[in-house]
Amino acid sequence: MSRTQRVNAAIRKVPSWLIYFACALLPLWYFYLALTGGLGVEPINGLELALGDLAMKALVLVLAITPFRKWTGLNLVPHRRAIGVIAFFYVLCHLLTWAVLDVQSPARMWADIVKRPYITIGMAAFVLLLPVAITSNNLSIRRLGPMRWRRLHMLTYVICALGAVHYVMVQKVWEIEPLVYLAIVLGLLATRIPSIRREFAG
Amino acid sequence: MARRWTNDLSRRDVTPKPVFMNRRTLLASGGALAAGAAWPAQASAEALDPNTWDEITSYNNFYEFGTGKTDPKENAGQLTTTPWSVEIDGMVDKPGSYAFEDILSQMDIEERIYRLRCVEAWSMVIPWQGFELADLIAMAGPKPDATHVAFQTLMRPEEMPGQNYPILDWPYVEGLRMDEAMHPLTIMATGLYDKPLPNQNGAPMRLVVPWKYGFKSIKSIVRITLTDSQPPTTWNLSGPQEYGFYANVNPNVDHPRWSQATERRIGGGLFSSRVDTQLFNGYDEVAALYEGMDLETNY
Ligand code: HEM
Repeated sequence: MSRTQRVNAAIRKVPSWLIYFACALLPLWYFYLALTGGLGVEPINGLELALGDLAMKALVLVLAITPFRKWTGLNLVPHRRAIGVIAFFYVLCHLLTWAVLDVQSPARMWADIVKRPYITIGMAAFVLLLPVAITSNNLSIRRLGPMRWRRLHMLTYVICALGAVHYVMVQKVWEIEPLVYLAIVLGLLATRIPSIRREFAG
Repeated sequence: MARRWTNDLSRRDVTPKPVFMNRRTLLASGGALAAGAAWPAQASAEALDPNTWDEITSYNNFYEFGTGKTDPKENAGQLTTTPWSVEIDGMVDKPGSYAFEDILSQMDIEERIYRLRCVEAWSMVIPWQGFELADLIAMAGPKPDATHVAFQTLMRPEEMPGQNYPILDWPYVEGLRMDEAMHPLTIMATGLYDKPLPNQNGAPMRLVVPWKYGFKSIKSIVRITLTDSQPPTTWNLSGPQEYGFYANVNPNVDHPRWSQATERRIGGGLFSSRVDTQLFNGYDEVAALYEGMDLETNY
Protein backbone atom coordinates (compact mmCIF):
# COMPACT_ATOMS: atom_id res chain seq x y z
CA MET A 1 0.00 0.00 0.00
CA SER A 2 1.29 3.48 -0.84
CA ARG A 3 1.51 6.10 1.84
CA THR A 4 -1.50 7.95 0.49
CA GLN A 5 -3.52 4.74 0.56
CA ARG A 6 -2.52 4.09 4.15
CA VAL A 7 -3.47 7.62 5.16
CA ASN A 8 -6.77 7.32 3.33
CA ALA A 9 -7.50 4.03 5.05
CA ALA A 10 -6.79 5.67 8.39
CA ILE A 11 -9.02 8.63 7.54
CA ARG A 12 -11.81 6.23 6.61
CA LYS A 13 -11.51 4.51 9.96
CA VAL A 14 -12.21 7.67 11.95
CA PRO A 15 -15.81 7.22 13.10
CA SER A 16 -18.22 9.95 11.99
CA TRP A 17 -19.63 10.37 15.48
CA LEU A 18 -16.17 11.43 16.65
CA ILE A 19 -16.03 14.16 14.02
CA TYR A 20 -19.53 15.35 14.91
CA PHE A 21 -18.70 15.33 18.58
CA ALA A 22 -15.34 17.10 18.32
CA CYS A 23 -16.59 19.78 15.92
CA ALA A 24 -19.78 20.40 17.88
CA LEU A 25 -17.69 21.14 20.95
CA LEU A 26 -16.05 24.16 19.33
CA PRO A 27 -19.06 26.52 19.50
CA LEU A 28 -19.63 25.37 23.08
CA TRP A 29 -16.01 26.23 23.83
CA TYR A 30 -16.47 29.68 22.29
CA PHE A 31 -19.64 30.15 24.28
CA TYR A 32 -17.72 29.32 27.44
CA LEU A 33 -14.97 31.77 26.46
CA ALA A 34 -17.54 34.47 25.78
CA LEU A 35 -19.07 33.91 29.22
CA THR A 36 -15.75 34.10 31.01
CA GLY A 37 -14.13 37.06 29.27
CA GLY A 38 -12.02 35.03 26.85
CA LEU A 39 -13.50 36.80 23.82
CA GLY A 40 -12.80 40.31 25.03
CA VAL A 41 -14.91 43.00 26.62
CA GLU A 42 -17.65 42.76 23.98
CA PRO A 43 -18.42 39.05 23.99
CA ILE A 44 -21.63 39.24 21.93
CA ASN A 45 -19.95 40.55 18.83
CA GLY A 46 -16.88 38.46 19.66
CA LEU A 47 -18.94 35.26 19.67
CA GLU A 48 -20.82 36.27 16.53
CA LEU A 49 -17.57 36.84 14.66
CA ALA A 50 -15.87 33.71 16.00
CA LEU A 51 -18.81 31.56 14.88
CA GLY A 52 -18.98 33.31 11.50
CA ASP A 53 -15.31 32.52 10.99
CA LEU A 54 -15.89 28.89 11.92
CA ALA A 55 -18.81 28.63 9.51
CA MET A 56 -16.79 30.15 6.70
CA LYS A 57 -13.86 27.78 7.31
CA ALA A 58 -16.09 24.71 7.44
CA LEU A 59 -17.78 25.69 4.17
CA VAL A 60 -14.43 26.20 2.44
CA LEU A 61 -13.32 22.80 3.71
CA VAL A 62 -16.45 21.16 2.28
CA LEU A 63 -15.75 22.73 -1.10
CA ALA A 64 -12.09 21.77 -1.00
CA ILE A 65 -12.58 18.05 -0.43
CA THR A 66 -13.11 16.99 -4.05
CA PRO A 67 -10.34 19.11 -5.64
CA PHE A 68 -8.07 18.11 -2.77
CA ARG A 69 -8.54 14.46 -3.61
CA LYS A 70 -7.86 15.17 -7.25
CA TRP A 71 -4.69 17.14 -6.57
CA THR A 72 -3.17 15.26 -3.63
CA GLY A 73 -4.86 11.90 -3.58
CA LEU A 74 -5.97 12.50 0.00
CA ASN A 75 -9.51 11.33 0.38
CA LEU A 76 -11.75 13.11 2.87
CA VAL A 77 -14.89 12.22 0.93
CA PRO A 78 -16.01 9.65 3.53
CA HIS A 79 -16.40 12.52 5.97
CA ARG A 80 -17.82 15.13 3.65
CA ARG A 81 -21.33 14.68 4.95
CA ALA A 82 -20.23 15.13 8.56
CA ILE A 83 -18.25 18.25 7.71
CA GLY A 84 -21.16 19.66 5.74
CA VAL A 85 -23.65 19.06 8.53
CA ILE A 86 -21.19 20.62 10.98
CA ALA A 87 -20.89 23.68 8.72
CA PHE A 88 -24.67 24.00 8.87
CA PHE A 89 -24.51 23.72 12.67
CA TYR A 90 -21.93 26.52 12.79
CA VAL A 91 -24.06 28.79 10.60
CA LEU A 92 -27.03 27.99 12.85
CA CYS A 93 -25.05 28.94 15.98
CA HIS A 94 -23.87 32.13 14.25
CA LEU A 95 -27.46 32.98 13.31
CA LEU A 96 -28.75 32.22 16.82
CA THR A 97 -26.09 34.44 18.37
CA TRP A 98 -27.18 37.22 16.07
CA ALA A 99 -30.90 36.71 16.75
CA VAL A 100 -30.90 36.03 20.49
CA LEU A 101 -27.86 37.83 21.87
CA ASP A 102 -27.26 40.58 19.34
CA VAL A 103 -30.42 42.07 17.83
CA GLN A 104 -32.66 40.59 20.57
CA SER A 105 -36.07 41.11 19.01
CA PRO A 106 -38.08 39.64 16.12
CA ALA A 107 -38.97 43.12 14.89
CA ARG A 108 -35.34 44.17 14.69
CA MET A 109 -34.41 40.84 13.09
CA TRP A 110 -36.96 41.30 10.36
CA ALA A 111 -35.94 44.92 9.80
CA ASP A 112 -32.33 43.87 9.37
CA ILE A 113 -33.15 40.98 7.04
CA VAL A 114 -35.07 43.21 4.65
CA LYS A 115 -32.96 46.36 4.98
CA ARG A 116 -29.35 45.25 5.38
CA PRO A 117 -27.93 43.61 2.25
CA TYR A 118 -25.22 41.67 4.10
CA ILE A 119 -27.83 40.20 6.47
CA THR A 120 -30.15 39.46 3.52
CA ILE A 121 -27.34 37.57 1.82
CA GLY A 122 -26.34 35.69 4.98
CA MET A 123 -29.96 34.77 5.54
CA ALA A 124 -30.33 33.60 1.93
CA ALA A 125 -27.32 31.34 2.47
CA PHE A 126 -28.93 29.95 5.62
CA VAL A 127 -32.29 29.32 3.94
CA LEU A 128 -30.58 27.50 1.07
CA LEU A 129 -28.61 25.45 3.59
CA LEU A 130 -31.79 24.12 5.20
CA PRO A 131 -32.88 21.68 2.46
CA VAL A 132 -29.29 20.61 1.92
CA ALA A 133 -28.76 19.87 5.62
CA ILE A 134 -32.14 18.13 6.00
CA THR A 135 -31.40 15.80 3.09
CA SER A 136 -27.90 14.90 4.25
CA ASN A 137 -28.82 11.25 4.91
CA ASN A 138 -29.10 7.99 2.98
CA LEU A 139 -32.86 7.90 3.21
CA SER A 140 -33.10 11.22 1.35
CA ILE A 141 -30.77 9.99 -1.37
CA ARG A 142 -33.08 7.03 -1.90
CA ARG A 143 -36.26 9.09 -1.76
CA LEU A 144 -35.03 11.83 -4.12
CA GLY A 145 -33.04 9.61 -6.42
CA PRO A 146 -29.35 10.25 -7.02
CA MET A 147 -29.77 12.83 -9.74
CA ARG A 148 -32.20 15.12 -7.91
CA TRP A 149 -30.27 14.69 -4.71
CA ARG A 150 -26.98 15.57 -6.44
CA ARG A 151 -28.51 18.66 -8.02
CA LEU A 152 -30.05 19.77 -4.75
CA HIS A 153 -26.68 19.48 -3.08
CA MET A 154 -25.09 21.60 -5.76
CA LEU A 155 -26.76 24.45 -3.84
CA THR A 156 -23.66 24.20 -1.67
CA TYR A 157 -21.81 26.13 -4.39
CA VAL A 158 -24.26 29.01 -4.18
CA ILE A 159 -24.23 28.90 -0.37
CA CYS A 160 -20.45 29.16 -0.15
CA ALA A 161 -20.36 32.05 -2.60
CA LEU A 162 -23.09 33.89 -0.67
CA GLY A 163 -21.28 33.24 2.62
CA ALA A 164 -18.03 34.69 1.28
CA VAL A 165 -19.77 37.74 -0.22
CA HIS A 166 -21.51 38.27 3.14
CA TYR A 167 -18.12 38.14 4.85
CA VAL A 168 -16.66 40.77 2.50
CA MET A 169 -19.69 43.04 2.98
CA VAL A 170 -19.66 42.89 6.77
CA GLN A 171 -16.41 44.86 6.91
CA LYS A 172 -16.30 48.64 6.96
CA VAL A 173 -13.35 48.76 4.58
CA TRP A 174 -11.97 46.40 1.93
CA GLU A 175 -10.11 44.01 4.19
CA ILE A 176 -7.69 41.46 2.88
CA GLU A 177 -8.81 38.36 4.74
CA PRO A 178 -12.41 38.23 3.51
CA LEU A 179 -11.23 38.94 -0.01
CA VAL A 180 -8.81 36.01 0.26
CA TYR A 181 -11.70 33.79 1.35
CA LEU A 182 -13.82 35.00 -1.52
CA ALA A 183 -10.97 34.31 -3.96
CA ILE A 184 -10.48 30.78 -2.55
CA VAL A 185 -14.21 30.05 -2.79
CA LEU A 186 -14.38 31.33 -6.37
CA GLY A 187 -11.25 29.34 -7.25
CA LEU A 188 -12.72 26.14 -5.81
CA LEU A 189 -16.00 26.80 -7.62
CA ALA A 190 -14.13 27.26 -10.89
CA THR A 191 -12.91 23.65 -10.59
CA ARG A 192 -16.58 22.58 -10.62
CA ILE A 193 -17.47 24.23 -13.93
CA PRO A 194 -16.87 21.10 -16.04
CA SER A 195 -18.93 18.87 -13.75
CA ILE A 196 -21.74 21.43 -13.57
CA ARG A 197 -21.75 21.62 -17.38
CA ARG A 198 -21.92 17.83 -17.59
CA GLU A 199 -24.70 17.67 -15.02
CA PHE A 200 -26.95 20.05 -16.88
CA ALA A 201 -25.89 19.14 -20.44
CA GLY A 202 -29.08 17.08 -20.60
CA MET B 1 -11.84 80.14 30.55
CA ALA B 2 -12.48 76.43 31.11
CA ARG B 3 -15.05 74.71 33.36
CA ARG B 4 -17.93 76.05 31.35
CA TRP B 5 -19.67 72.72 31.54
CA THR B 6 -20.50 70.49 34.50
CA ASN B 7 -20.52 66.74 34.44
CA ASP B 8 -23.85 65.06 34.79
CA LEU B 9 -22.15 61.70 35.22
CA SER B 10 -20.05 60.79 38.19
CA ARG B 11 -17.17 58.51 38.81
CA ARG B 12 -16.69 56.15 41.64
CA ASP B 13 -13.53 54.18 41.74
CA VAL B 14 -15.24 51.22 43.28
CA THR B 15 -18.72 50.39 42.12
CA PRO B 16 -20.84 49.21 45.05
CA LYS B 17 -22.20 45.80 44.31
CA PRO B 18 -25.93 46.60 44.43
CA VAL B 19 -25.44 49.39 41.92
CA PHE B 20 -23.49 47.07 39.71
CA MET B 21 -26.23 44.48 39.92
CA ASN B 22 -28.82 47.11 39.11
CA ARG B 23 -27.01 48.61 36.21
CA ARG B 24 -28.55 46.36 33.62
CA THR B 25 -32.05 46.94 34.88
CA LEU B 26 -31.52 50.67 35.03
CA LEU B 27 -30.11 50.78 31.55
CA ALA B 28 -32.86 48.56 30.24
CA SER B 29 -35.44 50.93 31.60
CA GLY B 30 -34.57 53.51 29.04
CA GLY B 31 -31.77 55.58 27.63
CA ALA B 32 -33.60 58.69 28.76
CA LEU B 33 -32.02 58.29 32.18
CA ALA B 34 -29.00 60.29 31.28
CA ALA B 35 -31.01 63.20 29.98
CA GLY B 36 -30.31 64.58 33.41
CA ALA B 37 -32.76 67.24 34.48
CA ALA B 38 -35.73 64.96 34.85
CA TRP B 39 -33.75 62.63 37.08
CA PRO B 40 -31.92 63.21 40.29
CA ALA B 41 -28.23 63.48 39.53
CA GLN B 42 -27.54 60.44 41.65
CA ALA B 43 -29.76 58.24 39.51
CA SER B 44 -28.07 59.06 36.26
CA ALA B 45 -24.67 58.75 37.84
CA GLU B 46 -25.53 55.29 39.06
CA ALA B 47 -26.88 54.26 35.74
CA LEU B 48 -23.81 55.33 33.88
CA ASP B 49 -20.81 54.34 35.86
CA PRO B 50 -17.77 54.73 33.67
CA ASN B 51 -16.41 51.70 31.91
CA THR B 52 -13.32 50.15 33.42
CA TRP B 53 -9.79 51.06 32.39
CA ASP B 54 -9.47 47.62 30.89
CA GLU B 55 -12.60 47.98 28.76
CA ILE B 56 -11.67 51.44 27.54
CA THR B 57 -8.12 50.45 26.60
CA SER B 58 -8.70 47.01 25.06
CA TYR B 59 -11.65 47.64 22.73
CA ASN B 60 -10.68 50.36 20.27
CA ASN B 61 -11.10 51.40 16.69
CA PHE B 62 -7.77 52.87 15.60
CA TYR B 63 -7.18 51.51 12.11
CA GLU B 64 -3.63 52.88 12.07
CA PHE B 65 -2.85 49.89 14.30
CA GLY B 66 -5.12 47.31 12.66
CA THR B 67 -8.81 46.82 12.03
CA GLY B 68 -9.49 44.38 14.89
CA LYS B 69 -10.79 45.77 18.17
CA THR B 70 -7.80 44.47 20.14
CA ASP B 71 -5.19 45.36 17.48
CA PRO B 72 -4.62 48.90 18.83
CA LYS B 73 -3.80 47.60 22.30
CA GLU B 74 -1.49 44.98 20.82
CA ASN B 75 0.29 47.22 18.31
CA ALA B 76 0.25 50.74 19.70
CA GLY B 77 2.95 50.20 22.32
CA GLN B 78 5.70 51.02 19.85
CA LEU B 79 4.38 54.50 19.08
CA THR B 80 6.71 57.26 20.29
CA THR B 81 4.78 60.19 21.66
CA THR B 82 7.70 62.22 23.01
CA PRO B 83 8.67 64.60 21.64
CA TRP B 84 5.30 65.65 20.25
CA SER B 85 4.25 68.87 18.69
CA VAL B 86 1.14 70.13 17.00
CA GLU B 87 1.23 72.34 13.95
CA ILE B 88 -1.48 74.97 14.25
CA ASP B 89 -1.87 76.81 10.97
CA GLY B 90 -4.30 78.26 8.48
CA MET B 91 -6.42 81.22 9.50
CA VAL B 92 -4.79 82.00 12.85
CA ASP B 93 -2.78 84.97 14.07
CA LYS B 94 -0.09 82.83 15.68
CA PRO B 95 0.59 79.89 13.39
CA GLY B 96 3.41 77.57 14.32
CA SER B 97 4.57 74.35 15.82
CA TYR B 98 3.39 74.05 19.42
CA ALA B 99 5.18 71.61 21.71
CA PHE B 100 2.75 69.34 23.54
CA GLU B 101 4.19 70.27 26.98
CA ASP B 102 3.81 73.96 26.20
CA ILE B 103 0.20 73.45 25.27
CA LEU B 104 -0.45 71.46 28.45
CA SER B 105 1.19 74.10 30.63
CA GLN B 106 -1.18 76.75 29.33
CA MET B 107 -4.40 74.75 29.49
CA ASP B 108 -6.76 74.15 32.35
CA ILE B 109 -7.03 70.36 32.69
CA GLU B 110 -10.35 69.08 33.98
CA GLU B 111 -12.28 65.84 34.07
CA ARG B 112 -15.12 65.18 31.65
CA ILE B 113 -17.10 61.97 31.98
CA TYR B 114 -18.69 61.51 28.61
CA ARG B 115 -20.73 58.89 26.86
CA LEU B 116 -19.02 57.68 23.70
CA ARG B 117 -21.22 56.27 20.96
CA CYS B 118 -19.45 54.40 18.18
CA VAL B 119 -20.97 54.40 14.70
CA GLU B 120 -20.94 50.59 15.03
CA ALA B 121 -23.76 50.83 17.61
CA TRP B 122 -21.83 50.21 20.80
CA SER B 123 -21.08 52.68 23.56
CA MET B 124 -19.01 53.34 26.64
CA VAL B 125 -18.79 55.95 29.40
CA ILE B 126 -15.31 57.38 29.67
CA PRO B 127 -13.68 59.58 32.32
CA TRP B 128 -11.43 61.79 30.21
CA GLN B 129 -9.07 64.49 31.39
CA GLY B 130 -8.44 67.30 28.99
CA PHE B 131 -9.12 70.90 28.08
CA GLU B 132 -11.62 72.68 25.92
CA LEU B 133 -10.66 72.93 22.28
CA ALA B 134 -11.96 76.50 22.37
CA ASP B 135 -9.08 77.43 24.68
CA LEU B 136 -6.49 75.99 22.31
CA ILE B 137 -8.02 77.78 19.36
CA ALA B 138 -8.12 81.01 21.35
CA MET B 139 -4.42 80.58 22.12
CA ALA B 140 -3.61 80.51 18.40
CA GLY B 141 -5.78 83.56 17.71
CA PRO B 142 -8.46 82.58 15.20
CA LYS B 143 -9.14 84.97 12.34
CA PRO B 144 -12.78 86.09 12.26
CA ASP B 145 -13.55 84.60 8.85
CA ALA B 146 -12.45 81.06 9.77
CA THR B 147 -15.49 78.80 9.48
CA HIS B 148 -14.05 75.31 9.98
CA VAL B 149 -11.31 73.46 11.80
CA ALA B 150 -9.40 70.59 10.18
CA PHE B 151 -7.45 67.97 12.13
CA GLN B 152 -4.82 65.47 11.09
CA THR B 153 -3.43 62.33 12.74
CA LEU B 154 0.24 61.42 12.82
CA MET B 155 1.48 59.65 9.65
CA ARG B 156 4.24 57.25 10.63
CA PRO B 157 3.92 53.84 8.94
CA GLU B 158 7.02 52.48 10.72
CA GLU B 159 5.15 52.73 14.01
CA MET B 160 1.59 52.56 12.75
CA PRO B 161 1.47 49.29 10.81
CA GLY B 162 -2.08 49.82 9.53
CA GLN B 163 -0.86 52.76 7.47
CA ASN B 164 1.03 50.31 5.25
CA TYR B 165 -2.30 49.14 3.85
CA PRO B 166 -4.47 51.39 1.71
CA ILE B 167 -7.66 50.54 3.61
CA LEU B 168 -8.20 54.25 4.29
CA ASP B 169 -6.72 57.34 2.69
CA TRP B 170 -3.89 58.05 5.19
CA PRO B 171 -3.26 60.20 7.13
CA TYR B 172 -6.58 60.22 8.94
CA VAL B 173 -8.22 63.64 8.76
CA GLU B 174 -11.31 65.07 10.44
CA GLY B 175 -13.07 68.38 10.69
CA LEU B 176 -15.60 70.43 12.60
CA ARG B 177 -17.58 73.54 11.96
CA MET B 178 -16.21 76.47 13.94
CA ASP B 179 -19.23 76.62 16.27
CA GLU B 180 -18.92 72.89 16.95
CA ALA B 181 -15.21 73.29 17.67
CA MET B 182 -15.85 76.20 20.05
CA HIS B 183 -18.67 74.46 21.92
CA PRO B 184 -17.75 73.90 25.58
CA LEU B 185 -18.50 70.19 25.27
CA THR B 186 -15.74 69.76 22.68
CA ILE B 187 -12.47 68.85 24.33
CA MET B 188 -8.94 67.76 23.61
CA ALA B 189 -8.38 64.75 25.83
CA THR B 190 -4.94 64.15 27.23
CA GLY B 191 -5.71 61.71 30.01
CA LEU B 192 -7.87 58.83 31.08
CA TYR B 193 -8.58 57.83 34.69
CA ASP B 194 -6.00 60.41 35.78
CA LYS B 195 -3.26 58.73 33.77
CA PRO B 196 -1.76 59.96 30.51
CA LEU B 197 -3.79 58.84 27.53
CA PRO B 198 -2.69 55.34 26.45
CA ASN B 199 -1.41 55.11 22.87
CA GLN B 200 -4.36 53.00 21.73
CA ASN B 201 -6.74 55.74 22.85
CA GLY B 202 -4.99 58.44 20.83
CA ALA B 203 -1.96 59.61 22.80
CA PRO B 204 -0.85 62.15 23.54
CA MET B 205 -3.81 64.28 22.52
CA ARG B 206 -7.09 63.49 20.79
CA LEU B 207 -10.34 65.21 20.06
CA VAL B 208 -13.52 64.23 21.94
CA VAL B 209 -16.85 65.41 20.55
CA PRO B 210 -19.35 63.45 22.64
CA TRP B 211 -22.49 64.14 20.59
CA LYS B 212 -20.94 62.75 17.41
CA TYR B 213 -20.04 59.18 16.43
CA GLY B 214 -16.64 58.16 17.72
CA PHE B 215 -14.85 58.35 14.39
CA LYS B 216 -15.12 62.16 14.49
CA SER B 217 -12.99 62.20 17.63
CA ILE B 218 -9.67 61.98 15.80
CA LYS B 219 -6.67 60.59 17.67
CA SER B 220 -2.96 61.41 18.02
CA ILE B 221 -3.33 64.84 16.46
CA VAL B 222 -0.33 66.54 14.82
CA ARG B 223 -2.03 69.30 12.88
CA ILE B 224 -4.92 71.69 13.39
CA THR B 225 -5.84 74.01 10.54
CA LEU B 226 -8.44 76.78 10.57
CA THR B 227 -10.06 77.24 7.17
CA ASP B 228 -12.98 78.93 5.49
CA SER B 229 -14.36 75.82 3.81
CA GLN B 230 -15.57 72.41 4.93
CA PRO B 231 -12.50 70.17 5.19
CA PRO B 232 -12.39 66.60 3.85
CA THR B 233 -12.87 63.82 6.42
CA THR B 234 -11.46 60.31 6.13
CA TRP B 235 -14.56 58.13 6.57
CA ASN B 236 -16.58 60.43 4.36
CA LEU B 237 -14.00 59.98 1.62
CA SER B 238 -14.05 56.22 2.18
CA GLY B 239 -17.84 55.84 2.10
CA PRO B 240 -19.75 59.05 1.37
CA GLN B 241 -23.09 57.20 1.47
CA GLU B 242 -22.35 55.81 4.91
CA TYR B 243 -20.43 58.52 6.76
CA GLY B 244 -21.26 62.20 6.50
CA PHE B 245 -19.39 65.29 7.62
CA TYR B 246 -21.65 65.87 10.61
CA ALA B 247 -21.97 62.32 11.97
CA ASN B 248 -24.17 63.47 14.85
CA VAL B 249 -25.48 60.59 16.91
CA ASN B 250 -29.03 60.16 15.70
CA PRO B 251 -31.27 57.14 16.37
CA ASN B 252 -33.59 58.18 13.55
CA VAL B 253 -31.03 58.12 10.75
CA ASP B 254 -29.70 54.63 10.11
CA HIS B 255 -26.32 53.73 8.76
CA PRO B 256 -27.13 52.09 5.40
CA ARG B 257 -25.88 48.74 6.67
CA TRP B 258 -27.21 48.74 10.22
CA SER B 259 -29.71 50.45 12.48
CA GLN B 260 -28.63 53.28 14.76
CA ALA B 261 -31.80 53.14 16.89
CA THR B 262 -30.18 51.15 19.69
CA GLU B 263 -26.73 50.53 21.08
CA ARG B 264 -24.95 48.07 23.28
CA ARG B 265 -23.15 49.43 26.28
CA ILE B 266 -19.78 47.68 26.61
CA GLY B 267 -19.31 45.90 29.90
CA GLY B 268 -22.66 44.15 30.23
CA GLY B 269 -21.35 40.74 29.27
CA LEU B 270 -22.85 38.11 26.99
CA PHE B 271 -26.46 38.81 27.89
CA SER B 272 -26.50 42.59 28.01
CA SER B 273 -29.59 44.24 26.57
CA ARG B 274 -29.57 46.85 23.88
CA VAL B 275 -30.54 50.34 25.03
CA ASP B 276 -32.12 53.11 23.02
CA THR B 277 -29.74 55.54 21.40
CA GLN B 278 -30.43 59.22 22.15
CA LEU B 279 -30.39 62.09 19.72
CA PHE B 280 -27.03 63.88 19.99
CA ASN B 281 -26.02 61.04 22.32
CA GLY B 282 -28.14 62.72 25.00
CA TYR B 283 -26.29 66.05 24.82
CA ASP B 284 -29.35 68.15 24.08
CA GLU B 285 -27.41 71.36 24.69
CA VAL B 286 -25.97 71.12 21.17
CA ALA B 287 -29.35 70.95 19.41
CA ALA B 288 -29.26 74.71 18.82
CA LEU B 289 -26.20 74.29 16.58
CA TYR B 290 -28.32 72.44 14.05
CA GLU B 291 -31.49 74.52 14.21
CA GLY B 292 -33.26 74.43 10.87
CA MET B 293 -30.89 71.86 9.39
CA ASP B 294 -32.20 68.66 7.87
CA LEU B 295 -30.38 66.00 9.89
CA GLU B 296 -31.52 63.33 7.47
CA THR B 297 -29.51 64.78 4.58
CA ASN B 298 -26.74 66.24 6.75
CA TYR B 299 -25.89 62.89 8.37
C1 HEM C 1 -23.35 30.73 5.04
C2 HEM C 1 -23.70 31.49 6.01
C3 HEM C 1 -22.82 32.47 6.72
C4 HEM C 1 -21.46 32.58 6.77
C5 HEM C 1 -20.41 31.70 6.11
C6 HEM C 1 -21.16 33.72 7.60
C7 HEM C 1 -19.88 34.13 7.89
C8 HEM C 1 -19.58 35.28 8.57
C9 HEM C 1 -18.25 35.77 8.80
C10 HEM C 1 -16.98 35.09 8.33
C11 HEM C 1 -18.36 36.94 9.49
C12 HEM C 1 -17.25 37.90 9.89
C13 HEM C 1 -16.35 37.36 10.92
C14 HEM C 1 -15.19 38.28 11.18
O1 HEM C 1 -15.21 39.44 10.75
O2 HEM C 1 -14.26 37.83 11.82
C15 HEM C 1 -19.75 37.17 9.72
C16 HEM C 1 -20.26 38.25 10.43
C17 HEM C 1 -21.59 38.43 10.68
N1 HEM C 1 -22.64 37.65 10.22
FE1 HEM C 1 -22.48 35.97 9.14
N2 HEM C 1 -22.33 34.28 8.03
C18 HEM C 1 -23.36 33.55 7.52
C19 HEM C 1 -24.70 33.76 7.74
C20 HEM C 1 -25.22 34.76 8.53
C21 HEM C 1 -26.60 34.90 8.88
C22 HEM C 1 -27.70 33.97 8.47
C23 HEM C 1 -26.68 36.01 9.67
C24 HEM C 1 -27.90 36.63 10.29
C25 HEM C 1 -29.05 36.67 9.77
C26 HEM C 1 -25.37 36.57 9.80
C27 HEM C 1 -25.06 37.70 10.52
C28 HEM C 1 -23.80 38.18 10.73
C29 HEM C 1 -23.49 39.34 11.52
C30 HEM C 1 -24.51 40.22 12.24
C31 HEM C 1 -22.12 39.48 11.50
C32 HEM C 1 -21.28 40.48 12.27
C33 HEM C 1 -21.31 41.88 11.81
C34 HEM C 1 -20.55 42.76 12.79
O3 HEM C 1 -19.32 42.76 12.78
O4 HEM C 1 -21.18 43.41 13.58
N3 HEM C 1 -24.50 35.76 9.11
N4 HEM C 1 -20.48 36.16 9.15
